[in-house]
Amino acid sequence: MSPETVTPPLADPVKPQAPAPSRSRAQAARRRRVIVVVARVLLLVGVLGLWEALSRAQVIDPFNFSMPSEIWDQITSWVLHGTALGSLGEQIWYTLYEALLGWVIGVVAGVVLGIALGRVAFLADLFGPYIKVLNSIPRIVLAPIFLIWFGLGPASKVASAVVLVFFPVFFNAFQGAREVNRDLVANARILGATDRQVTLQVVIPSATSWIFTSLHVSFGFALIGAIVGEYIGATRGIGLLVAQSQGTLNSAGVYAAMVILAVVALLAEGLLTFAERRVFRWKSSSSGH
Amino acid sequence: MSADTSPAIELRGASKIFRTPSGDPHTAVRGLDLTVERGEFVAVVGPTGCGKSTTLTLVSGLEEPSEGEVLVAGQPVGGVGDRVGFVFQQDATFPWRTVLSNVMAGPRFRGVPKAEAKQKAREWLARVGLAAFEDRYPHQLSGGQRKRVALAATFVNDPEILLMDEPFSALDVQTRALMSDELLELWEGTGASVVFVTHDLEESIALADKVVVMTAGPATVKQVFTIDLPRPRKVESIRLEPKFIEIYREIWESLGEEVRITRERGAADVA
Repeated sequence: MSPETVTPPLADPVKPQAPAPSRSRAQAARRRRVIVVVARVLLLVGVLGLWEALSRAQVIDPFNFSMPSEIWDQITSWVLHGTALGSLGEQIWYTLYEALLGWVIGVVAGVVLGIALGRVAFLADLFGPYIKVLNSIPRIVLAPIFLIWFGLGPASKVASAVVLVFFPVFFNAFQGAREVNRDLVANARILGATDRQVTLQVVIPSATSWIFTSLHVSFGFALIGAIVGEYIGATRGIGLLVAQSQGTLNSAGVYAAMVILAVVALLAEGLLTFAERRVFRWKSSSSGH
Repeated sequence: MSADTSPAIELRGASKIFRTPSGDPHTAVRGLDLTVERGEFVAVVGPTGCGKSTTLTLVSGLEEPSEGEVLVAGQPVGGVGDRVGFVFQQDATFPWRTVLSNVMAGPRFRGVPKAEAKQKAREWLARVGLAAFEDRYPHQLSGGQRKRVALAATFVNDPEILLMDEPFSALDVQTRALMSDELLELWEGTGASVVFVTHDLEESIALADKVVVMTAGPATVKQVFTIDLPRPRKVESIRLEPKFIEIYREIWESLGEEVRITRERGAADVA
């Protein structure tokens, strides 16, 4: 990089000014972006249009496969007139509440245990095999058991979300704590850090990128846990909406609930990415790791 | 410190045996005897991979010797003490802390109040010429600047003993010479005893009062040379002096043999 003389900080030293691209090149880049967006929209319109057309022409069974216009009608009717279970907002809030609560509990438990086992070899040796066994159970089958234990209310859905979220977060936190740069730990100890300080100020910050990776995946898992729990038995929520639509042979309702879920998941993902940017200000934007 | 006349560092018959991942024991150093007087700058040179760095980890207390004794200021080393500073070969700055926060880390770990730690850190940053960079993160600095941060973070703790493990080997040649000069300047004010591990013979002669040549691994002391070049020294100019070249030739006769042995072993491994 720069020679070893001390220079006063430049206006923006992080990103050295790229040589200004010529105007035509900038135009070409902009045109390419527009083309990509237009192509994306066309693809969506094409797929939905084909679906609609095939369904209207009875090539595919409209009763089973529904069609985009009916799904749209279903969503607007839910938004305007509420669902059979109450207002749509209430259903979304219920599912989101269960997923969020389960996610937070699962993440906290996963991070704490992951770091603890990653730092203390004895704990890792003690719990390691049991965690492996638990992880090998397909955890979604626990949802009916939670329903029996915790009833039809939110608690059973939260429990399903927790067990789905815990393991990926745990394994990533564990790995993150194990893979801490040994020089950094040695350096901290030489500088005078106690074991506690090493854990809090070296291990946890360096494990954050591992943990954040798992947070993205695991929020999806939390939603799955909540939905599956609701699907099996609940008094409210989008999962119940799916189950009821299915029970009344309303395929448009099933698709409509799926669309709503997708929107919710994407919004949550966006929020998480935003939070991640704030936390990782210290990372170089150019290096991918 | 003045009444106590015991040397700063003493290794007596120290050995270190590691277990390799395959389970076989690997002897890194064997029967090591070495004395570093107070305020002395000792450079340790030896062939690559011979176990020089292990010597430092024994003195620092990061590792315990398998056999023999390691004494710092007359006391046996038991764990990491607060007299020691260590500059690592690899970058060991904390990437999630700013430059200032990195230099404050040592005092803060040791319970110095925040305001005082900040003031001391700023003093050392000014001394290494990074006062204007205190809010940067390490990834925004060059390799040489990060090394300066590491030096400031080490010196801010006022170490009596400074251990350096090929600290400048990752830098380009010009930067390395500059950093060596800066190190000498920083060190001359402190009276710390230094053990500087390197595979670069020129660097070791330019910096040290005493050059210790290690054998091919497992490492042990082969020969000790006293460097009576006058201080203060300038690394770039001193290496052109006839006396320097004479010393270089003398030590290389001893070191070259070990390098050859290491190389032949490597060739045998490949074959």
